[in-house]
Order: sequence, then C-alpha cells, then structure tokens
Amino acid sequence: MKGEAVVARDLDVRYEDFTALVGATFAVHYGEALGIVGPNGSGKSTLLKTIAGLLLPSSGELSVLGQPPRKLAPGTIAYVPQVEAVDWSFPATVWDVVAMGRFARLHFWQRFGSSDRDVVHHALGVVRMGDLAGRRISELSGGQQQRAFVARALAQEPKLLLLDEPTTGVDAATEEALREIVRKLVACGLPVLMATHDLDRVDDWFDRLLVLDRRVLALGTPREVVESGAYSAIREHTHTHGHLRHDHEPHAAHAVHPEMRA
Amino acid sequence: MTLLLEPFHYAFMQRAFVAALAVGLLCSTMGTYVVLRKLSFIGDGIAHASFAGIVIAYLRGANFYIGAGIVAVLTAVGIGFVHRRGRISLDTTIGVLFTGMFALGVFLMSQQRSYAVDLQSFLFGDILAVQPQDLWLILGLSVVVGVTVAVLFRGLLYTTFDPVVAQASGIKSPAYEYALLVMLALTIVVALQAVGIVLVAALLVTPAAAAYQLTSRFSPMMILAALFGAASTEGGLYLSYYVRASSGATIVLLATLLFFLAIGLKYLRRV
Repeated sequence: MKGEAVVARDLDVRYEDFTALVGATFAVHYGEALGIVGPNGSGKSTLLKTIAGLLLPSSGELSVLGQPPRKLAPGTIAYVPQVEAVDWSFPATVWDVVAMGRFARLHFWQRFGSSDRDVVHHALGVVRMGDLAGRRISELSGGQQQRAFVARALAQEPKLLLLDEPTTGVDAATEEALREIVRKLVACGLPVLMATHDLDRVDDWFDRLLVLDRRVLALGTPREVVESGAYSAIREHTHTHGHLRHDHEPHAAHAVHPEMRA
Repeated sequence: MTLLLEPFHYAFMQRAFVAALAVGLLCSTMGTYVVLRKLSFIGDGIAHASFAGIVIAYLRGANFYIGAGIVAVLTAVGIGFVHRRGRISLDTTIGVLFTGMFALGVFLMSQQRSYAVDLQSFLFGDILAVQPQDLWLILGLSVVVGVTVAVLFRGLLYTTFDPVVAQASGIKSPAYEYALLVMLALTIVVALQAVGIVLVAALLVTPAAAAYQLTSRFSPMMILAALFGAASTEGGLYLSYYVRASSGATIVLLATLLFFLAIGLKYLRRV
C-alpha cells in the first residue's frame, strides 16, 4: 500500500518551560512500521502523544489520515501506553479491559452487541489470552498486562496504531508475539509507530527508523540509519541511560544492550 | 410488632425513609467513581465549600438546596479547571478553597443570633426535618444523576480506568471528568440534609470501599455499593429512632461497620 498516513512538518511541541520536540519533519506510510528510537527524554512519548491528539503542537503542521488528530472520527487512533500508566488494582477482568476498545465506536444509545463481543474474542485470541479473559487484571504479569493493552487496541479496529515501548518489562515470548502481531498488521496495510528502547532487533521489527533526540537526527531504513552515523551516537547515549533503567526496572533484564553483551 | 413499625407511623419519618433511600443509593453509586478515581478529598471539599452557599441562601430566605447547589457546582467545576490547567497542586487548591469557603459560611452565620442551633443541623444533618418539597427535590436530582450515569456509563468507566487512552481513541475525557464532578456536586447537595457537611464524605467513600473489597468487576462493585449505601441509610435511620441518637452519625457508623465486615469477609475468603 502507498500513501502517507501521518505527515509532520516543522513540528514543535513545548511544555510550559521546556521544548520537547523541535522542527520534526517526517511521514509514515500505510503498511509501514516506523520505529522511534532515542535516549530517555528525547521526545519519543511526546511525539506519540502529539500524534494521538493528547498534546497540541505549539507550531508546525501535523496531519493524521489527512486531518488534525482531534478532528478524526472516534476509534481511528489506538494508543498503547506503557503499562505503568494505569492502576491495575482497578476492579476489571481482562475481558472488561479489552472490551473498552469498542467503546469509542459505540454511541451512547447503542448496545454492546454480539459483533462487539466477536471482535473482543478475536483480539484476545490474537494475543493468546483467550483463556485468561475472566482473570482479574490485578493478577496479571507484566507481559500479560502489555498483551491485554495490545488486545484492547486491536479491538478498537484502528486506522493507526501507536505503541509506547511495549517491549519494556515483558518476557521474550511476549516480545516475539508482539512483533508477529505488528508485522501482520503492517502486512494488512496498517501504519504503526512504535517507540522503543531496545536497539537489538530493529531490523526484524521496523521498515524504517526515526532517530530522535528532540530533533529528528536520522530517518530511513535501519541499514541507512546505521550508515548515517546518527545511530551510533544514540547508542552510546542510550547505553549510559541503560544502566540507570535496570536499577529500577526489575523486569527489564532481557533488554540488555548489544554493547553489554559483547 | 407495633413497636417495630412505630417509626413508620409518622409522616416526617416516612419522608425521612424515602429521602434516606435516595441518598444512600445515589451517594454510593457516585462513590464507586469517587473511590476508583480517588476523589474523596474533592468530595469533602465540595461539601464544606457548599456551606457558604447554604448560609447565603438562609440569610436571604431562599431554599438552601439552591444556594448549596450553585456553590457546590461552581466549586466542582473550579476544581476540575485547576486540576487540568493549574500550576498549583490540586491538593493545595482544595485545601485552601474548602476551608476558605467554609470559614465564609461560619463568619456569616455567626453574625446571626440563632447561630449555634442551625449550625449544628447543617454540620451533622437532620433528615427528620425533610419537608415535602425537599423530598421532591431530592428525588428529582437523584433521577437526573441516575439517568446521566446510565447514559454515560461506558465513557465514565473507560475514562475512570484509563483517561489517556480513552482520549486518544476519541472519547472526550475532560468532558466526562466535568460531568462527573457536576454530578458529584449535585449528589453532595442531595446528601447534605441527611448526613450533613462533615459526614457526607463518609457516605460517598465507605459503602463503595466496602464493595471494592468483595468484588472484582466494576458493575458488581457499583451494585453492591448501592446495596451497602441503602442498607446504611435505611438501617441507620431506623436504629437512630430507638437509640435516640443523631441519624447522620448512626448512618455513618453503620456504613463503617459494614466496611469492616467486608474486610473481615474478604480475609475469611482467602483463608
């Protein structure tokens, strides 16, 4: 599939006293997985939140499926945040959380019908959590929480999928399952943007990479980005941050950086 | 038997029981959101701030529900605005506003002669004094809030669990938050006459917190909270007649007892 799903031109995003993103220009095509890499605080989450319409750009242009994000029909954008974003002691089962993915598509007078239930069932099957549908979410592991969030996004049947570091704190099996899901969705023409900390397997995950450090440092296929040199600067940068992350993230043991393995 | 039915013989007691039922159901239903969104301090703040409205209405000879209602809704919207836009922490804002407004109420009230008696009934409630027109207001507001919760149910649920992702998917989280705060303000106003300013936060939090101990999904939690709430207000009112104690205090004590029973039951189920 051709065509541009997301177009950003000279995008600036400012918080009150701090500019998180400066002059970002890039496009994401239909049927493409774009990986966003960069050190902590480089604006990866800010970029995703801006595309999701959660933050407004302070200047520049942003078009998602031809419109500003907040003008899109409900259900168009699915955003998968980091799992710490919610209180997992909330009284809900896995089914309840995944069913929420349907809510944006239903007007308040519409019932949650059998077609909605079918979609939820299917989404649970895709992330291999069908047998955990009735489990209370407070009893899930980190990987299961992440898969439940992805299932909720799938149940929404979005036109654009945004993922914020979904592989942080999950087991290797979940990571591989997520990668397969993303590749399948991309093969069906869905545009996917994903922020990641894990520089190991970018070739397997993404068609193109966006290297970010408040500015766009490089944009291209993983090979092009490596050759551009921008990537290695980020690697060193990320490497130093990597040590800090491991200290307070007990589940992140798999996310060892290449340099540390060698 | 006649002794047990005695409270129901008086018209004022009948009105009180109907009002208590509405208040119990309403507070604990809204309380489900209060507990899960951690709004209990906001509830307490709105209740205290509304005292200024009560006193102003009282001094001008207007219905106290109107004065309390206007101030409660304005406070709720103001709190919501500060929460979204403010540079001052929400905690600080509520702390400053609610004591300030409450002090304004006490100040105005203390200039009146019959100060002590009336202050007591506002602080701790007097459900036995519910007049027929009050009852219609209580029932009317209860229906409005109840229907609104039913209509907005899915959006309120999603934005309570995950407001950020809900908003990304196109659900207007801020609008739901404001709607919820206005409903909370109306609920508090409805409950003021039953349990008073000081105890209304208990009726918002305690039945829902008890239900949270015993349920693992949202809708059952809300239904059980409503049952606990109604049992507390009806039971508390009934008991208060025999023990000759303040109805508001008896209601809250009964709710507290139910809460500890729920904790005990949860513990027993685990063993």
